Amino acid sequence: MNQQAFGLIFTGEANPFMRDLTLSRAVGALPFGGRYRCIDFVLSNLVNTGIRNVGLIVQKNYHSLMDHLGTGKEWDLNRKRDGLFILPPYSTKDNTGLYRGDTDAFHSVMQYIRRSSQRYLILCGSHTVFNTTFDAILEQHIATGADITLMYNEDPRFFPEEQNRDLRLLFGDDGMTVESLEWNPRNPRSNFRSCEVTVIDKDLFEDLVEESYSRGSVDFVRDVLLQQVKNLKIMGWRYDGYVARIDSVNTYFMHSMELLDAPEAQDLYSMAHPIYTKVKDEISSKYGETARVRNAVMADGCLIDGTVENSILFRGVTVERGAVVKNSILMQGVTVRSGASLDHVILDKNVTVNGGRQLTGYDGIPLVFRKNLTV
Amino acid sequence: MKKKIVCMLLAGGQGSRLGVLTSSMAKPAVPFGGKFRIIDFPLSNCVNSDIDTVGVLTQYRPLALNAYLGTGQHWDLDRSNGGVFVLPPYMTESTGRWYSGTANAIWQNREFVDQYDPDYVLILSGDHIYKMDYTKMLRFHVSHEAAATIAVLKVPMEEAHRFGIMNTDDDGNIVSFEEKPKQPKSNNASMGIYIFDWSKLRDYMQRDDADPNSENDFGKNIIPAMLNAGERMVAYPFEGYWKDVGTIQSLWEANMDLLGEKPVLDLNDPAWRIYTRNPVMPPHYTGKNADVKNSLVTEGCVVRGAVTHTVLFCGSSVDEGSTVTDSVIFPLAEIGQNCTVEKAIIGEGAVIGDNVQIGVPPRDGETVDNRLTGDIALIGNDVVVPAGAVIPRGAVVTSKTLDQFVNGGAQA
Repeated sequence: MNQQAFGLIFTGEANPFMRDLTLSRAVGALPFGGRYRCIDFVLSNLVNTGIRNVGLIVQKNYHSLMDHLGTGKEWDLNRKRDGLFILPPYSTKDNTGLYRGDTDAFHSVMQYIRRSSQRYLILCGSHTVFNTTFDAILEQHIATGADITLMYNEDPRFFPEEQNRDLRLLFGDDGMTVESLEWNPRNPRSNFRSCEVTVIDKDLFEDLVEESYSRGSVDFVRDVLLQQVKNLKIMGWRYDGYVARIDSVNTYFMHSMELLDAPEAQDLYSMAHPIYTKVKDEISSKYGETARVRNAVMADGCLIDGTVENSILFRGVTVERGAVVKNSILMQGVTVRSGASLDHVILDKNVTVNGGRQLTGYDGIPLVFRKNLTV
Repeated sequence: MKKKIVCMLLAGGQGSRLGVLTSSMAKPAVPFGGKFRIIDFPLSNCVNSDIDTVGVLTQYRPLALNAYLGTGQHWDLDRSNGGVFVLPPYMTESTGRWYSGTANAIWQNREFVDQYDPDYVLILSGDHIYKMDYTKMLRFHVSHEAAATIAVLKVPMEEAHRFGIMNTDDDGNIVSFEEKPKQPKSNNASMGIYIFDWSKLRDYMQRDDADPNSENDFGKNIIPAMLNAGERMVAYPFEGYWKDVGTIQSLWEANMDLLGEKPVLDLNDPAWRIYTRNPVMPPHYTGKNADVKNSLVTEGCVVRGAVTHTVLFCGSSVDEGSTVTDSVIFPLAEIGQNCTVEKAIIGEGAVIGDNVQIGVPPRDGETVDNRLTGDIALIGNDVVVPAGAVIPRGAVVTSKTLDQFVNGGAQA
């Protein structure tokens, strides 16, 4: 049990690069990895650190998140002392009910932050996916006496046309102290990218947010971190495990496919730190006589009589005899009928593809079909 | 607070006919069907029948069962009023004794039942696989104004001698009961599912408890006593899948019943889900050279070999070059490379080394003690089988018997 820290997850941000995938859900609620939602990873990371007080800031499209999280019992966060606090926007005289930025959101949940008894805050985003605990970053934060510690990893991949909250760290001579920061750079000078995890003393956080808010600033990274980088002692904590940034349809597709082929991506499935999620009580997946499955990650409740290669199948997917699925992501409840064939396709929940349909996307340009469509 | 009906689940015994599978846990905790434990079936039936108060009676390794059931949240049985309770035998100021029989187990826990002041009590066994709506049976019990209702299943006449047989008149009233009769008069087999009026049952149990010659057993004592006294007892006819999985053979068969295009036992039933404690594992992975056909695969499995007509349980794995057929691979069991496994049950957490053959014909002169297993090879829980071992069909492998199968059975 970790009594020193509490967690705050910000799920408010909109992201146009996610296209139809976030039409009716927050990025945190996006299905990822065969049986999870993106939020499961950061939430489980907090729980696996022994943190028992977690606030979750939600803004738009948060129904699917609420439905997914429930009372927090799957994460063991249905506690009498602390637990999971879902913090939706509400209208008051100085709050319109819609956040203009994360600082705005932090200001409106200040009551929750003040009431939390723990000294350190672990502030997390919801679309950076990794599997670890925060014990080491907390330890370093305390040992170095830093004001702020940012978790980062080295990631040479850069998608200039799809930048969304891309924060990069530049270090001084000691390799740990942050000298300056780059925010959505056009020509990045650093491959050290923030993992959307900020460890900060709660009191300092309150001061920074309230001061920034009173000046009318709304964005924590732009208006606080970037402004204060010279005044505050900001340190980096390097993470060497696998990190998936779900910033766009393309990166979503790329990281999903890495779960099939990249050994380092298996970090996400490490049983050393189990990832908790809502349990659906599906039965085992059933392979029929004519099933031909190669290189696939598959959740429970699937019925497979067709061909599946290099694909990720969420719960309750049906692939009928004679159907062919390659290099695709099929979310919960998808049905692919006999004679259909898919390649480089993302099918959102409950999509049905009728027989004879041939859907083909390309590497880097997967086709996306939104929830509940019949093709 | 008063309940209309309370369930008492006889999770009872060690299940010695399941041999090495129950060396560390009671029979109801034995895995079944890829994701489940046997006890998930009666518990889920209760929840799906809106019965929210269940006492689980056990005197064998209650800790394992207790840990498995927890607060009951996985079955939606974490209730403020009611819920699931493990009831092991206990001491009082004056006495304290093991459960001497099925009826005695209920009698010793009468105070548990009395708390809820129920009109009816449902008695179940913990070692049967079936899906059943107990509300229908309760309605039948009430409309027939019976003191006791016993669920029966028509079995093939030639198998009737293995069951408790209820002989009924034309109206479904039970006129006599015979336990495993040599010459069965009917084929109405008792399923071990009873509904009693609680006040009546309480009286009969009290009298039975006072009788020093009684074995305190429902089948042998309570039901005959009620019949003799002329109580109205009716047989509730059940149609559907029901299997006593008390033997290695029947446990294997029941798992195989889940396979096939139209399985005999279909658990893919959103209206009647079977709940279980979720293992919290990632989705399963099927490898680049894998070939899986007519099988069940679940969370945490890693399949790189050929698997046919087999049930893989959570966290089990089959490595490259191995062939697994007609088998049941329990949770977390690992099968190495280039193994052949045929018609076997591999226990929980067992580790099978590379190039192991399981379920092969015995060598000339090799004798196998297969009294419990028939032609099914059985590897005990957590047994580590070294590379190259050869295990004939019907053999039971424990850490004690392991040596005879290694190095060509070299006289160790």
